[in-house]
Amino acid sequence: MQSFVAQPDEIGWPYSSQGNEEKRNLSLGGHVGFDSLPEQLVSKSVTQGFCFNILCVGETGIGKSTLMNTLFNTMFENEEASHYQNGVYLRPRTYDLQETNVRLKLTIVDTVGFGDQINKEDSYKPIVDYIDTQFENYLQEELKIKRSLFNYHDTRIHICLYFIAPTGHSLKSLDLVTMKKLDSKVNIIPIIAKADTISKSELHKFKIKIMSELVSNGVQIYQFPTDDETVSEINASMNAHLPFAVVGSVEEVKVGNKAVRARQYPWGVVQVENESHCDFVKLREMLIRVNMEDLREQTHARHYELYRRCKLEEMGFKDTDPDSEPFSLQETYEAKRKEFLGDLQRKEEEMRQMFVNKVKETEAELKDKERELHEKFEQLKRMHQEEKKKVEDKRGYLEEEMNAFNKRKAAAETLSLSQPVKKDKDKKNRSVNMENQSGVSASSSKVMMAKANVEPLNCQSWWQAIQCCTCLVHNATWRPGGLF
Amino acid sequence: FTCKANVLITTHHAHRFTGANFKCCIYCWVTDEEKQYVGFATLPNQVHRKSVKKGFDFTLMVAGESGMGKSTLVNSLFLTDLYKDRKLLNAEERINQTVEIIKHTVDIEEKGVKLKLTIVDTPGFGDAVNNNECWKPITDYIDQQFEQYFRDESGLNRKNIQDNRVHCCLYFIPPFGHGLRPVDVEFMKALHEKVNIIPLIAKADCLTPNEIKKLKDRIREEIDKFGIKVYQFPECDSDEDEEFKQLDKELKECTPFAVIGSNTVVEARGQRVRGRLYPWGIVEVENQSHCDFVKLRNMLIRSHMHDLKDVTCDVHYENYRAQCIQEMTSKLAQDNRMESPIPILPLSTPDVDTEKLIKMKDEELKRMQEMLNKMQQQMHDKEQ
Repeated sequence: MQSFVAQPDEIGWPYSSQGNEEKRNLSLGGHVGFDSLPEQLVSKSVTQGFCFNILCVGETGIGKSTLMNTLFNTMFENEEASHYQNGVYLRPRTYDLQETNVRLKLTIVDTVGFGDQINKEDSYKPIVDYIDTQFENYLQEELKIKRSLFNYHDTRIHICLYFIAPTGHSLKSLDLVTMKKLDSKVNIIPIIAKADTISKSELHKFKIKIMSELVSNGVQIYQFPTDDETVSEINASMNAHLPFAVVGSVEEVKVGNKAVRARQYPWGVVQVENESHCDFVKLREMLIRVNMEDLREQTHARHYELYRRCKLEEMGFKDTDPDSEPFSLQETYEAKRKEFLGDLQRKEEEMRQMFVNKVKETEAELKDKERELHEKFEQLKRMHQEEKKKVEDKRGYLEEEMNAFNKRKAAAETLSLSQPVKKDKDKKNRSVNMENQSGVSASSSKVMMAKANVEPLNCQSWWQAIQCCTCLVHNATWRPGGLF
Repeated sequence: FTCKANVLITTHHAHRFTGANFKCCIYCWVTDEEKQYVGFATLPNQVHRKSVKKGFDFTLMVAGESGMGKSTLVNSLFLTDLYKDRKLLNAEERINQTVEIIKHTVDIEEKGVKLKLTIVDTPGFGDAVNNNECWKPITDYIDQQFEQYFRDESGLNRKNIQDNRVHCCLYFIPPFGHGLRPVDVEFMKALHEKVNIIPLIAKADCLTPNEIKKLKDRIREEIDKFGIKVYQFPECDSDEDEEFKQLDKELKECTPFAVIGSNTVVEARGQRVRGRLYPWGIVEVENQSHCDFVKLRNMLIRSHMHDLKDVTCDVHYENYRAQCIQEMTSKLAQDNRMESPIPILPLSTPDVDTEKLIKMKDEELKRMQEMLNKMQQQMHDKEQ
């Protein structure tokens, strides 16, 4: 029978400091069985699957994709990026990996075009925006009414691998600026890429210089945790090796009687997994085999909480003291809601007003048009009437003349019957003319004779006068001489 | 077989965390072959390590009339004595008894795993003469814990949230009747959507095996009939071995568990066991043929403790939260309704009045348009 007593000052122990409930450490009389709790938790997480998101920041061609391939022993498909991007953009790709019974949903986010522009002042912005967007998405899911956090695909970046170019001197200015912007949002592990161009002594100096620059500029990179005894030793020793100098390769070269991943040079073979050649194994150990879970936890507990707090404070929520009554989040939420609805109401009123006005205007316009058309119609009608009247008048006149003519004709005929033959002929001629004349429909009693081109006629009758003009012209004169 | 970190490997661990080619333990990875692997298969180990360091917590509520053996059962379950110096009320004092809520919190540790166990006791339940709504203090307590958690979760500083939500409620049904009584039904119906209920037949040593079987069937029937949602064991994975599946099946067919508890240790069959001494024999608490205590313990502690917590977090708490938020928004809507006739949610569909207005104006416009056309046509004809 063993008796265990919990030590009260262990870190992370869910210890209640409110002492009104008695809390005792009891000794157990036997094996109860709750020591299987960790296994229960683990088996649940294994069934659920794990999720891990890596952000690789570094210049084009520095070896980000190759390192990912080497780390995860898989050929992730990717094309070479060009140097001529307009700006920096982030390219996330998700892969499902499995090893024994553990499933991992791995997302690798690549920064394409980083360091290529001539003006790099805004290069860090897309990266910071992307990280914030992922936090925002998680926050939105958390604030939903019906939420399902346990099967939410977590896209928050757990680790940022910052690739430092192997210049051998110090950090570049872009590196410093970018890391400073990222250190409060994400766990950063700086690594020296393409480390096979630096010799051992140069490397040592380079590492020291980088770390001192980071420290003097207050850049907080990720420290491997040393609070858990089982891994504190290895983590502490690794902390001293930062930044890791890595070489990546997916090609295999035969060394001795084994095929290892390496880079073949005329002067020798750089083996990726040889600890004296580069720190690849250390990186893999730290990143994947020992601290992956801690990285996820830090992202959630520290970086995400910081983002959330800032965001909520921005939106107007305040923290409450433990003993203040009102529930500030809900109340502020309600207040905001009221405000928002008030705004909405006002806007709707405005729109309604606008709509009514518009309708009135259109109505007025249409009415005007209607009136105009009406007027025009009336006008035309009147013109019609006038013309009609005129035509009627002329007709009447013409009829009168015809009547008068017929009378005279009749009179002339009776006269010619009692007269000599010569006059008969004339009269016959005239009667023929009359007959010709009777078939004409006169539209106008005025006959105009052209002044130009036509000599003044001495027509015996106006009918002839008409027949010899081809047109009716305005300024011709009417000679009364030739008319009958 | 000890590994790099000098931790003894048990076969159980070997089963759960290894693939075919590796031997491993919780804290390190020892490989048999030089196989090329990435290593994220250690993630379960990392999770395990962190969870052990952080410790666990669990809140268990026991409810039932006085004298059902609740305290004795809890002591038997956790092999400890939680209820020292308890004062029991006599009948007179209990006539107008109200239900109290009493919390006992203990820290216990076993093989490096720390557990903060909280037992929520409900003395006075069902004891008064008039037991109308005697479960109300209990539902209020559960809601209060949810509300406290909701508040904490929505606050700005979430570093030290304490989870006091009730993860499981053991409800003790007396064995003396013929099944569920009205107070049992009402209690379970009031609570089944707030907490995981596990019904138990208390003091099962007054029933013969046949009687137990009959009573269990009866209770299961009545639970179905009244639509009470008790805690359901999750289906086991298809890749578990047959033995495990068989055990799981037996477990499910045995509910509600008929339990016996004991505070005393007696000598039986040459061993010292927890049991009850009668003239006609000794009832052993941990004997599977005597009662279902072992099944209850295995289920509650050894295999489903974490699942109970998960169901509380993912189902009961989320329901409470959703309900809470909706209540608040509808209350807000009611306040606002005095000020404006506009519907609060959703805001995209326009008013009926506005729509009518729009329609009217539309028609007028159409008519005027037609008149215009007619007039134009007339003019056109006349001109011709």
